[in-house]
Amino acid sequence: MNNIEAKQDNWTEVITPRPHVFYINFRELWEYRDLLLLFVKRDFASQYRQTVLGPLWHIVQPLLTMFMFLILFNRLAHIPTDGLPADVFYMGGIVIWSYFSACFTGTSTTFVSNASIFGKVYFPRLIMPLSVVTSNLIRFAIQFLLLLSVMAVSAIKGEYKFHVGWHTLLIPLVLFFMAVISLGTGIIISSLTTKYRDLSVLVSFGIQLLMYVVPVAYSLAYAEKKGYRTLIVLNPLSSLIETFRYAVLGKGTLDFGLLLYACICSVIILFIGILVFNQVEKSFMDTV
Amino acid sequence: MSEVVIKIESLSKQYRLGQVGRRTLSHDINRWWYKVLGKGDPYAKVGQENERSKKAESEYVWALRDICFNVRQGQVLGVIGRNGAGKSTLLKILSKVTAPTTGQIKLNGKIASLLEVGTGFHPELSGRDNIFLNGAILGMSRKEVQRKFDAIVSFSGVERYIDTPVKRYSSGMYVRLAFAVAAHLEPDILIVDEVLAVGDAEFQKKCLGKIKDVSEKDGRTVLFVSHNMSAVKALCDSCLVLKNGKTFFLGNSLEGVGYYESEVESIASSLFHEDIKQAPGNDLVKIVSFTVRPTKNNAITVRSGIEVEVVVYSFLENRNLDVTFDLKTGGDITVFHCGCVITSQKNSRKGSYKVSFTLPPFLLNVGMYYFSLIVGEDMRVALFKLGSFVGFKVLHESDGANHSALPGIISPRIEYQVEYGS
Repeated sequence: MNNIEAKQDNWTEVITPRPHVFYINFRELWEYRDLLLLFVKRDFASQYRQTVLGPLWHIVQPLLTMFMFLILFNRLAHIPTDGLPADVFYMGGIVIWSYFSACFTGTSTTFVSNASIFGKVYFPRLIMPLSVVTSNLIRFAIQFLLLLSVMAVSAIKGEYKFHVGWHTLLIPLVLFFMAVISLGTGIIISSLTTKYRDLSVLVSFGIQLLMYVVPVAYSLAYAEKKGYRTLIVLNPLSSLIETFRYAVLGKGTLDFGLLLYACICSVIILFIGILVFNQVEKSFMDTV
Repeated sequence: MSEVVIKIESLSKQYRLGQVGRRTLSHDINRWWYKVLGKGDPYAKVGQENERSKKAESEYVWALRDICFNVRQGQVLGVIGRNGAGKSTLLKILSKVTAPTTGQIKLNGKIASLLEVGTGFHPELSGRDNIFLNGAILGMSRKEVQRKFDAIVSFSGVERYIDTPVKRYSSGMYVRLAFAVAAHLEPDILIVDEVLAVGDAEFQKKCLGKIKDVSEKDGRTVLFVSHNMSAVKALCDSCLVLKNGKTFFLGNSLEGVGYYESEVESIASSLFHEDIKQAPGNDLVKIVSFTVRPTKNNAITVRSGIEVEVVVYSFLENRNLDVTFDLKTGGDITVFHCGCVITSQKNSRKGSYKVSFTLPPFLLNVGMYYFSLIVGEDMRVALFKLGSFVGFKVLHESDGANHSALPGIISPRIEYQVEYGS
């Protein structure tokens, strides 16, 4: 009998009450990569079924926002746009901001809106927020093309000149850390909403308010002039947005210290996010 | 002996009753404070046994309490129990949907669970896309699904609709497709929970056949949860009966089903209907009462002897009536079949007939038994059948020599001689 017991110490899996504090099973995530892609495909294929405009909505949304900004901040409030044509300036901010806001709102409902799937079958829960971040990448690509065409139109009119240089290489870097920070904040919120739904109420209008305290509709230079610089740059999103605009448009503020600060913040937030997520994912079905 | 693939060690799961609200927050803070102090969970000590119908005295309840068992490779284990016994909680913990409160499970091999088929099916996507999506959710890679795609489609039998969005499917077709994906998973351990409720008879048979194949031919381990006792009896070689979150019985599946059925309230050992119209039967005959009682003492035991009495009301005149008793064990084995002639001279009258007989002591052993009843004509034609309706339990009564119940269906007192030869 002892022999049999001794032979059987090589269990492939042990289910215990408490999860590891900080542990991601990367091998498992990799094994489920097909699922991630299929979720992306599912999101995309089903999002605009039975709509007339279909994927065109991805373009309509930022365009309408841009027109709104043109009227509100440019014509009415006369806020300067860093010497750039206003439409190009706004579109640059909107495109990167909407990537963040879509990722953040998408991931922040991970647990609550997928409870029916999570309650039935196990797969690494992190796949779900990761698929949101990935499918928004496609959306971002479409909107980036829109930004390029707005720039092109502006260039043809002679109001704007394309700047391509080493700073163009910053685009993927900014995008990566944008994904990191939105994933981090999103999963923190989603983990906390499993028990207390108050946060989901906060998120829906919080994201609207947040847009006004990051330099989307105005530049960091303008905020500095008005004496709100410290307040604005405390938010790591601000320097990411400002850097993105610099990387694409070639004008604006580029502060490597602030960029480093934003990158470190993003990583810390994601770290905390995974910590909280791990605590919640194993037993959230009991409280959701 | 084959390897142990699931080892469950004193597994418990506690649930909090009622609403999540401000009180939850205070409990959470309290719990966190105890953790900081290095003490255990203050709420793990409280909690009641999970009796669904009783009013709760504590806010916490144990859905599972100290469950321990091992499952060996190739074993088909049935898990049965009444609603709220903890079956689904056990399966949820096994399939990692939720974590246990205490205890642990050790697994050997890839586990896949069918808690509900069609999880993650997206109504807007076609059958084809959903096969890939569902396969991936259940843990198959794209290549694996591609390889098995044709087999899945032909098993499901919905070839014609494979490129139609599944929201246009009938519910039966939906389940067929979903089960087909799940059936081709090839895990080492398969968990199946009540998936056969939908689907027509032919498909149910196909599913049961598939589960049997999976265990017998491929040597995989299956955990099967069902309320369908005949399916459990047909599929499982052993069985776990849960009651209020605790192990009630673990062992042979026929015996286990018997234990489970003895718990089912709907089986009465005596039924009376004051109003003949309400009594079971048809416009030919009615069964007014059926009583099973001990000849002596208060309880039916091996030694008590059993009196059986049935009152049949007949609407038929001038016929030859008879009543047949069929006694079966909880494991569905027929103990005896006995026909009693009521009238043999074509002289039945409208009115009630009482038929009674006595089973002697030391005939039936300890266990669960069921009577089926057939009221017939001319010992050939069945007028009315009442299947496995009246059940009773023969209790154990210890005598000097033997304290525990003996195995077997019957427990006769056998006369024997002992002779000594040089």
